[in-house]
Order: sequence, then structure tokens, then C-alpha cells
Amino acid sequence: MNLSQMQALMPLLILSLTAVVLMIQASIKRDQATAWVITAIGLVLTIWGAIYARDFSQTVTILLTVDSWGLFFSSLMALAALVTLLLSRESFADEGQRKEEYYLLLVLSLLGALVLIQSSHMVSLLLGMELMGVALYVMIAFPEKGELPVEAAIKYLVLSACASVILLYGFALLYAATGELSYAGLGAKAGAAYAQNPLLILAGTGMVISGIGFKLSLVPFHMWTPDVYQGAPTPVTGYLATVSKGAVFVALTRMYLDGQLYQYPSLINALVVIAIASMLIGNLLALQQNNIKRLLAYSSIAHLGYLLVVLIALTGKGLASDAVTYYLTAYVLTSLAAFAVIARVSGEDATQCQISAYEGLFWRDKVQAICLTVALLSLAGIPLTAGFIGKFYVITVGVQSSLWALLAAVVVGSAIAIYYYLRIIFAMSKVPADAVEHQAYPGRVLALFLTLLVFALGSWPEPFINYATGL
Amino acid sequence: MLMINLILILLIGGLLAMLSQRYGSHVPRMVALAVVLLDLVYLLLALSGMPELTGLQAPVPGDPQTWLMHYRAEWIPAFGISFEFALDGISLLMVLLTLVLGVVAVSSSWTDVNIKQGFFEANLLWTLAGVLGVFMALDLFLFFLFWEVMLIPMYFLIAIWGHEQRAYAAMKFFIFTQASGLLMLVSVLTLATIHQSNTGIWSFSYFDLLNTQMAAQTAYWLMLGFFVAFVVKLPGFPFHTWLPDAHTQAPTAGSVVLAGVLLKTGAYGLIRFAVPLFPEASMEFAPIALWLGAAGVVYGAVLAFAQTDFKRLVAYSSVSHMGFVLLGVYAWNQLALQGAVMQMVAHGFSTAALFMIAGSLQERLHTRDMCEMGGLWHNMPRMGAVAMFFIVASLGLPGLGNFVAEFLVLLGLFQVDPWLTMIAALGLITGAAYSLLLMQRSFQGEPNISRQLNDFGTREMLTMALMMVALIGLGLYPQPVLDMAQPVLNGLLQFSATVVGGQL
Repeated sequence: MNLSQMQALMPLLILSLTAVVLMIQASIKRDQATAWVITAIGLVLTIWGAIYARDFSQTVTILLTVDSWGLFFSSLMALAALVTLLLSRESFADEGQRKEEYYLLLVLSLLGALVLIQSSHMVSLLLGMELMGVALYVMIAFPEKGELPVEAAIKYLVLSACASVILLYGFALLYAATGELSYAGLGAKAGAAYAQNPLLILAGTGMVISGIGFKLSLVPFHMWTPDVYQGAPTPVTGYLATVSKGAVFVALTRMYLDGQLYQYPSLINALVVIAIASMLIGNLLALQQNNIKRLLAYSSIAHLGYLLVVLIALTGKGLASDAVTYYLTAYVLTSLAAFAVIARVSGEDATQCQISAYEGLFWRDKVQAICLTVALLSLAGIPLTAGFIGKFYVITVGVQSSLWALLAAVVVGSAIAIYYYLRIIFAMSKVPADAVEHQAYPGRVLALFLTLLVFALGSWPEPFINYATGL
Repeated sequence: MLMINLILILLIGGLLAMLSQRYGSHVPRMVALAVVLLDLVYLLLALSGMPELTGLQAPVPGDPQTWLMHYRAEWIPAFGISFEFALDGISLLMVLLTLVLGVVAVSSSWTDVNIKQGFFEANLLWTLAGVLGVFMALDLFLFFLFWEVMLIPMYFLIAIWGHEQRAYAAMKFFIFTQASGLLMLVSVLTLATIHQSNTGIWSFSYFDLLNTQMAAQTAYWLMLGFFVAFVVKLPGFPFHTWLPDAHTQAPTAGSVVLAGVLLKTGAYGLIRFAVPLFPEASMEFAPIALWLGAAGVVYGAVLAFAQTDFKRLVAYSSVSHMGFVLLGVYAWNQLALQGAVMQMVAHGFSTAALFMIAGSLQERLHTRDMCEMGGLWHNMPRMGAVAMFFIVASLGLPGLGNFVAEFLVLLGLFQVDPWLTMIAALGLITGAAYSLLLMQRSFQGEPNISRQLNDFGTREMLTMALMMVALIGLGLYPQPVLDMAQPVLNGLLQFSATVVGGQL
């Protein structure tokens, strides 16, 4: 490995170093404030590292591909982790003194996500996914009191382990058929292997999609989502919704493109069914939720369904790959904005996660209410927000590829979705009967910053569109 | 720039109105009134300096240089999306209507808003800004943006200041418009994609997308996407079910803006986009649209007859009246189109006034149920007389604007389909029935002498007088309005004739 390769891996190296420093610090003096600062510095440096590494884009060993696309997502995910970190400080304020491990876990989990984003080989994919997942199980179960976090963590652990096994089995089948584990090798040889033994390839890719579909909580692999979203501490839920799902989707896109999975019609058909089911079932089930975190869990199922529409249309670089970049960015920022508000308004109190707890928020804390409103409108895809341009991309890509059935599901799904997003906005705008007591929640600056990003990305998207096209 | 300024004044004015709440709960409404008046005066001053206005040239639909005003600035060049605004006779009429009714709406909210006055006036002004955007945007992306964004302040108007069932009504209103809007979005994007694959250039400009070549089947589907979105807003049968709820539950100013202005965006969309973009498909579809229009006229009238809620009755009468607009548009000849445009203006005034009367009654009686009214003329003679005027205007009394409109529509429609004209003419008779019923149940009959009610004051009378003058003017001398619309309609008719080679 030469110097330029090391430079290309800069974000990964910085993160690993941060983890080591955190461990050394813990062995000298356990102090959560110091650990927090070290993590924050590490994450900021990681974002810088991802920008720095752009000049050294290359394939590093057979396992990792460092390119500007992956590096962009690396910095986005590091930003999401930074937001999680900022939110976590308040959320774990009353958890006693032993919480430095949490920061270590956050760094390790992000390290896994970055590996996942840059993986070009099934081994690195698995490695990244497991590193990210294992750290995440502990983060979910981290609060010491209450049963919900533990329940959520065990549910996620057991199901996630099953999904990993299925994924591994899929890899094994593909290896048996082609003798390759790298995406590019798979893409080169799978065509011939398919002609020889279609069943092996189809079973293999099917199992891989199932395993990844679990992580992305696509229907029918979505059962864990609401419970885990609800049980996990709110910052961790935000992290799960953005980093975990985002990184896995980036990895899936890479495998789909480099592995040329788009050449198998039966796989596409399966994806179409999964996408339509995710959009419709996700949105329909969200209608019945009274807990805002569960509601966002179902909404995320639907959003991954929309993203899948773009994936199905994907055959190379072009509008569709821009659409993946844009939609994922918009979704990550919007979710972060939403969870930034929820983490403050609901805190870690389960009863405060009910939609009824948000009644009159407009009159209690205008800033937080406006931020949540913009985030929800963005999730609903109303113009001037990032979510709308995302939807614009999804529909345009769908039209270009004539995916009419999927487009119909997008329209129906979005129409249903309006109802449950508006329910929250309606609750927030309710004027309380008795005198309003102003109640300023902390963390307004962060929520406002993220909301402004969502708004800017939606109302002046040109710079980012050009940037995404150039990736 | 004038067009952008018009919108900006309202947007910033809304912000000011919201902030002005701290100086007292009565300040926001004054700020709002000042802002709308400023906007109106600004527009009139700018117009008076325009020589084209006297001898309005016929704008060619596809050539922005022939329009009254045109403004274009890049926004998202990657997709050929721009801030493109343009104004012709019809948009100008609609913009004027919007601003005048904006004054009426602010006036009607003078006393009946008890909470969060600042935010209320802000939402009102923002809704007006969105509507102005819809009437002036000629970039389809921008148009869609205004189309959707104006829903949000309107949603808040209903959801926060509405009556008993506001949650249900606000939600229904938003979902109907949003869901149908999504169909339009798919159509817009498909149209732009086809244009892009034909020419290699991304554009959402109306002027570029006219005359886009596509398969007849595709055009038909795309036209349906636009049609559904506009007809939901119009509202046409059978997509009208959101309207009675939204209008009934909205606060008075909200109903005034909804009925007076928002419904017209649907009609405007049909004339401006649905037909010219897809002339052949529209010609094929016209018979169905005409039947839907006639069904709306009759069905709305029959349902209006069965209501006991004052506002609900007026709301259903809107369904009936807007049926005439649908008929006028799809008859697609000079007379019928003139009638449709006339109806948009006249109905805006007459219904806005009726909703204002309903709001005043609710404020005084705390009910909209006509069974609890009766003999109100005795208690409030001025309001009774005013109500009488607008009720006969709404039923189409000759000499008032609505008559001219409906008569022109029927005259134009007769050239296309005499039988349908006969059915639609039934709407005039049923219209008389429910309108007079409204008058009898609420203002005539046995008076309740013990009732102490405040009659209309100066502010209300002034507002009403404004609309009365407008309706009488439209009825006795409709020529100025017809002159404004005529060149535009001629241009559209010629344009569609060159594409289709005949009438719709």
C-alpha cells in the first residue's frame, strides 16, 4: 500500500484513530465530556478527510473503491453522525456517568458505514455492515432504564443476524456460480454463469436482496422497523434512519451497477414488487400510528420504496444515478431535521412521543414547530423543500424508463402519506384552550440549521444538482 | 419585475402582518389591508402607463413577445426551469379579481378572528400571493410550485380558525388537491421528458412545450392528468366533494378567498394549460367534459336545494355555477369562452359576498342553520337588502354579471350541443329555486322580535357596495371585461384551430 492509497483512505484512518484515542482516553481517565470533544473533533476531521481524499480517488486493494461519489456520502454520513453526537449529549444527560462507550460505539459504527459506502467487494460489504450493525445494537440498548431499548436491541440483533446469514448464503451461491466475490468480477462473469445455471444466480441475488432489504426495511422485511425506531433512544433512531439505511443503499447501488444486476428481468420484477409493496404498505400502516417515531418508521419504509424506483431505472451513470444522490441526500437531511426536533421535544420520555404531545407546539416553541413542519412537508414532497426535488427526480426517472406501475404506486403512496404528515402539523397548530406557556426547547440552532439546508436544497437546487452530476 | 414585485409585496406584507401582532391584536388587519391596497394600487399605476392596454393586441399563445408582460430569469438551468412570468388579458383579469377580493377578504375578517390575528392575516396574504403566482407563472414547474404552496397557508386558515369540523375539512381539502396535483406533476414531467427526447433540451416553459409532438394516446393520458387536477379545484362533478366541507368549515375570509379566487385557478388552468397543450386530446375528450359540466350544474343545484346550512347551500351553488365554466371552456368557441371568463369574475364577487353575509350571520347568531333563522330582515334590514341583491345576482337576474356569463355560455354551447344546453339551462331554474329558498328561510318569514342584532355597519356596507357596483357594472356594461379577454381567446382559438384544424 503506497502513500496515495493511504491518502485515499484518509476518512477511514481518521475514524480509526479517533476510536483508538477514545479507548486510550478511557483507560487513563473516564470522563464523558472529554470523550465527547474527542469524538466531535474526530468527526469534523473525517468530513475534512473525505473532502481531502477526493484528489486521490482510486481503487484501494480489491476491497475498496474510493471515488468522489462515495466520498460525498462519507462526508454526509459523518455529518449525520455529528448531528447524532450533538443530540446525544442532551438525551443521555440523566443516564449517570458511564457513557463514554457510547461515543466509541458511534465512531465504530460510522467506520462500518464508511467501509460499506466504499466497498467494491462482498467481503468489505459484509465487514462494513457487521461493524456498523454490531455497534448499533449496543447503541440502541444503551439507556440503562426502561425495557423498550433492550427489547428493540434484541429484536434488531436477532433479525439482523438472520438477515446477515441469508446475505452470506447468497454470496456463497454467487461464488459457487461465478467464482467471484468482487462486484466487477460478478458483473463480468454472471452473464455467462446465468446462461449456464440461472437458478444459482437468481437464488443468490434473491438472497442478497433479501438480506439488504432487511437493513433497508423494505416490505416484506420491515417487521422490525417500528419497534426498533420506537425503542431506540431518539438520536440513535435518527442515526439508524439516516446513516445505517443510507450507507446500505449506497452499497446496494454500487453492487447493482458494478455487478450489472439490472440485466436479470426476474430480479427486476422482484424489485418492482418489493418497491410497490413498500410504498403502499409503508404508507398505509403509517396512517394508524399515534407515536411519532413509529410513524416515521413506516414513512421511512415508503421512502426507501421511492428510492427503489430509481434503483430499478438505474443502468449506469446519468439522471438515475443523480437521482439516487439527490434523493438520499434530501432524505438524510430531512430525517435529521425531524429527529433533531423530536429528540428535543419528546426527549427520551415514551409518553412524549405520542402525536398528542405535539399539540400546540406552534404556540409553545415556534422555531421547533416550524422546523418540524418543514421537515414533514419535505417528507411529503411539497415544493420548495428538498423532498420535492427528490420526488421530482423519482418521477422524472420513472417517466424516462416508462415504469408506469411504479409511478402509480408513487402517486397513491404520496397521496396517502399527506394524511399522516398533516395530522402532526394539525396537532402542532392546535390552539390550546388555556393560556399558552412558552417553553423553549434546547437545540434550536441545530434544528434550524438542518431545516435551512432542507429549504435551500429545495428552493435553490441548482448548485447541488450540478455538484451531484459532477460526482 | 412588476409581476414578481406583486407577489413579493404580499409575501413580505404577510410577514409584517404577523410581526405587527405585538403592537395590538387590531394592528395586523390594518397592515394586511394596507398591503393588499398597496399591491392593487401598484398594479393599477403600472397598467395606466401601458399603451398596449387600450388597443390590446392578440397574444399569440406560443410567442411571449406578443403578451402584455413577460419576464424570465434562470432558476434551475440543469432542467431548463426558470422564473417565467407572463401576463395577458385573462391573467390580468384574474389578478385584478384576486386583489379586489383580497381587500374584501381582509375586510370580512375584521372582527370575527379572535385568536392569533397576526398569523391569520399572514396566511391570508400568503394564499393571495400563491394565487397570483398561479395566475402569472408560465413555467410549468413554477406553476406547479405555486399550485401546491398556496395550499399550505389555506390549510392553516381552515385548520386553525375554522369551525367545528375544521380538522376533517382542512385535511380533505389538502388531500384532494394534493393527490390530483400529483397526477398533474406526473403529466408535467412526462411532457417535459417528451419535449427533451424530441429536442434534446430540458424546458418547462409554456412557450416551448406548446406544440410538443407526441402520440395521440400519450397526449390523452397527459391531458387527463391536467384535467383531473384542474377539475378537482374547479370543482367539477364528481370531484366536488371536498368543497362543501372546506367552504363550510373555513373562516369567513377563508371562504371568500376559496370561493372567490381559488376555484378560479382551476378554470384558469383549463383555459391556459389543459386545452392549449393538448388540443387534439381535448377535442376528443370534450363531449365527456361537457357532460360532466352539465351534471355539475344540475347536481350542484339539486344538492344546494337540500341544505339547511347557509354556507353549505352557497357552497353547493358554487358547484353548480362552476359547472357553467366547465361547459364554457369545453364548448371552446368565442361566446362560450367569454361566458366562462365572465362567470369566473361574476361568480367571484357574488359568492364572496354571500359567504361574507354567512359569516356575519354566524358571528351574530352563532349558527349557520337556516332553521334557526327566519325574519332576519326585520332585525337587520340593511343586511337583508344586501343579501337579496346578491341572491338574485347568483340566480342569474338579467342586468347583473352572472346573467351575462351564464347566457353567453348557453349561447355558445347551443352551437355545439343543443340538447346539453337544454339540460344546463335547467340549472337556471333550479338556481332560482334554491336561491329564493335561501332568502325565504333566513331573511323572510316570521321575525323573532326579541332578537337584538347589529345590522351591517359602515365597513361592511362599503365592502358590499364595492361588490354590488362590480356586479351591476358587469351586468350592464360587460364590454370592458369582454374586450380584455377577447384577444386572448381569439389567439387561443386560432392556435387550437391551426393544430386541430377546426373546432373542439
